[in-house]
Amino acid sequence: MERGDFDVALSGLEDRPELRARHAVSLPYFEFREVLAVRAADSARYRKLSDLSNRRVATLGATMAYQILLDAERESNVIPVSYDDDIHPYSDLVAARVDAVLLDHIIAERSLHRMSGFVVLDSPIATGHYVAVFARADSALRDSADAILRERMRDGSLEKTFREWGVWDSSQSIHFARVLAASSPQGVAAVRNERGSIAAYLPSFLRAAGITLLLSCLSMALAVAIGVLVAAGRVYGSRIVQAPLAVYVEVVRGTPLLLQLFVIYYGLSSVVRLPAFLAAVIGLGLNYAAYESEIYRAALKAIPRVQLEAARTLGLSERQILRFVRGPQALRLALAPMTNDFVALLKDSSLVSVITVVELTKQAAIYATNMGSWVVPGILCAVIYLIFSLPLSRYARRLEKKWSVA
Amino acid sequence: MSALEIRGLEVMRGTHQVLRGFDLIVNPGEIVALMGASGAGKTTVLRAVAALEPISGGTITLGDVSLKPGPVPPESRLGALRAKVGMVFQEHALFEHLSAIENVVLAPVHVRHWQREAAMSKAAQLLDSLGVAERADALPRQLSGGQAQRVAIARALVLDPELLLMDEPTSALDPARRSALADTLRELTEGGRALLISTHDVDFAEACADRIVSLADGSIVQS
Repeated sequence: MERGDFDVALSGLEDRPELRARHAVSLPYFEFREVLAVRAADSARYRKLSDLSNRRVATLGATMAYQILLDAERESNVIPVSYDDDIHPYSDLVAARVDAVLLDHIIAERSLHRMSGFVVLDSPIATGHYVAVFARADSALRDSADAILRERMRDGSLEKTFREWGVWDSSQSIHFARVLAASSPQGVAAVRNERGSIAAYLPSFLRAAGITLLLSCLSMALAVAIGVLVAAGRVYGSRIVQAPLAVYVEVVRGTPLLLQLFVIYYGLSSVVRLPAFLAAVIGLGLNYAAYESEIYRAALKAIPRVQLEAARTLGLSERQILRFVRGPQALRLALAPMTNDFVALLKDSSLVSVITVVELTKQAAIYATNMGSWVVPGILCAVIYLIFSLPLSRYARRLEKKWSVA
Repeated sequence: MSALEIRGLEVMRGTHQVLRGFDLIVNPGEIVALMGASGAGKTTVLRAVAALEPISGGTITLGDVSLKPGPVPPESRLGALRAKVGMVFQEHALFEHLSAIENVVLAPVHVRHWQREAAMSKAAQLLDSLGVAERADALPRQLSGGQAQRVAIARALVLDPELLLMDEPTSALDPARRSALADTLRELTEGGRALLISTHDVDFAEACADRIVSLADGSIVQS
C-alpha cells in the first residue's frame, strides 16, 4: 500500500500499534473478541489460557491472538502454534493435533458452521477492533472514509449490513456509541512497539535458527539413509525391486515439495496423525532421499567396471566389493554434491512453515509483520542462513578440487 | 596334470561368436603367450578362464575345478577357482582409493582372513622383489605405468595362484621395461606356477614364453 499498489486494505485487519505506526488507519468499525475453542470433552477443564499450560494452542500467525499466545507462553507455558490460514487450526483441533484455538469470534463461529467436534468458550480472552488501512501519505482518503463510516454508524446502515451477514451483536452498538461520542478517532496508541526491537526478537530468532539447523540435520540424515538404500536397490536389486524405486524417485522429483508436505501433514492425517516437526523431517527427508539416491547411484556407476572385476578375481564377495572397493570410492564422488544438497535442504526447510513449524524464515516473517519492515529481519535472517551455508559450500568446493585430481 | 586345460571353448558376445572351438593346455611352470590381432579373442580366453565371461560351449578345467557352459556361477561357488587363478588386467585396475600395499593386502585380510601383520609383511616382501618397495604407500594415481603394473602383479601373486593370467602386460611399457618384465615373469614360474599371457608384442612373447599360440577369428591358427 505504501508503494501505491492499492489504495485501501480491508477485511479483518486488527487495529494494532505497529499498524498505526506506519499507515493511516480508519476508525474502528467492528469490535471482535478473541475466543478460545476447545474440543467438547475438554470444555470443563480448559476455561482460560492459564488452564492450557504445556498444551498446544493454535492461531493465525502475525495476529493479536498470536501475540497473546506468545505472552501466555512466557506466563503459563502455553505452546503457540502458528498457521497460515484460519481453517486448519480448527480441523487440527478436532484431530487432536492441538488442544485449543484462539481466534476472533467471527472466525470461530464461521468454523462452527463448517465442522463439529469443538465448542467456543463464552468468555473472551481479549477484545480488539477491525480497521481499514490507507497509505500514510493518503490521510485525506482516510478522513473521508472515516466520515462515511461515522455517518453509516449514525444512520444504522452499517448495523443493517452487519445484521445481514449475521455478525451483529449487542457489543457492536456499545462500540458504535463509543466511537461516535469520541471527538477524535479512537484506537490503540500509535507507538512503535518495544516488541519491534532486535533485542526483543533475538532469542526467538536464535531458537528458530536452531530449529532450522536441527530440522535440516535430521532430514539430511534420513535422506542419506533412505537414499543409500534406494541407490543400492536400483544398482543391485532385481527388476521387481528396481521398478518401484524408480517410480518413487521420479514421483518425488517431479512434484513440488510443498505439495508433498501438505499431503504428509494434512492429507494423511486421517490415517496417521504426525506431529508437525516429525512430518517436516519426514517430508524433507523423503524428498531429498530421491535426490541423494540419484547421486549415490551415479557415484556407484562411476566406479570402473574393471576394478570390480579385479576385486572378483581376488575372491571378494559382492558385499565385500561394495564395502571395500566400490562404496568408499563412490562416497568420495558423492561427498561434494551431497554437501551442496545439504545447503539446498537448509534453504528448502523454510517451506515447512506451511505445516506450522516456526523456523528461521517464518520467524523473520513474523518479526517483519510486527515491525512493519523487512529490512532488519530480512538481513538478520539472510546472515544466519549464510553462516550455516557458506562454510559448507566452501567445504564442497575443496572436496571437489581434492578428488578431481584423481 | 596340466595347470589349465581348455577343450572346445566357445564364447558368444550377443550374436557374435568370439571363440569357436578353442583348445589349449598349459602345463605347470610353463609360460604360454596368446598372440593375434585385436579382436581375435585373446582377452576373451583370459576372461573366460577367470570366470568373468559366460561360456556357451566346451570346458575349462583347472585340476579339480571346471567351468561349464551357462551363465557365470555366483561368486560364492567360485572360491576354489579364485584360489587357483590370479589375473593382471591391461589397465592394472588398482583400487584408486587404496595405497599400493593396501591394494595387495585387501584379499589376504578379507578373503583369506590372514593376520594383518602377516599380510603386510608378505606384501612388502612381494613389492620389494618386484622393485617397487619404496612406492608401497603411494596411491595408484601417483604411480608410473610400470610401477602400477608391478603392484597389480603383487596383488595377484599374494594369494599364490597356480595360474596367473596377464592381459597385454607390455602395453604401457617402454622397450627397456619390456625385457625387464620378461625376466620378472620367468622368475614367477619357479615352484611350478603357470602363466597365460595375451600379447601382440612378438619380441616380448619370444623373450619370455615357452610356447606361443596364435589366435585368429576365435580359434588357433598356429601353435
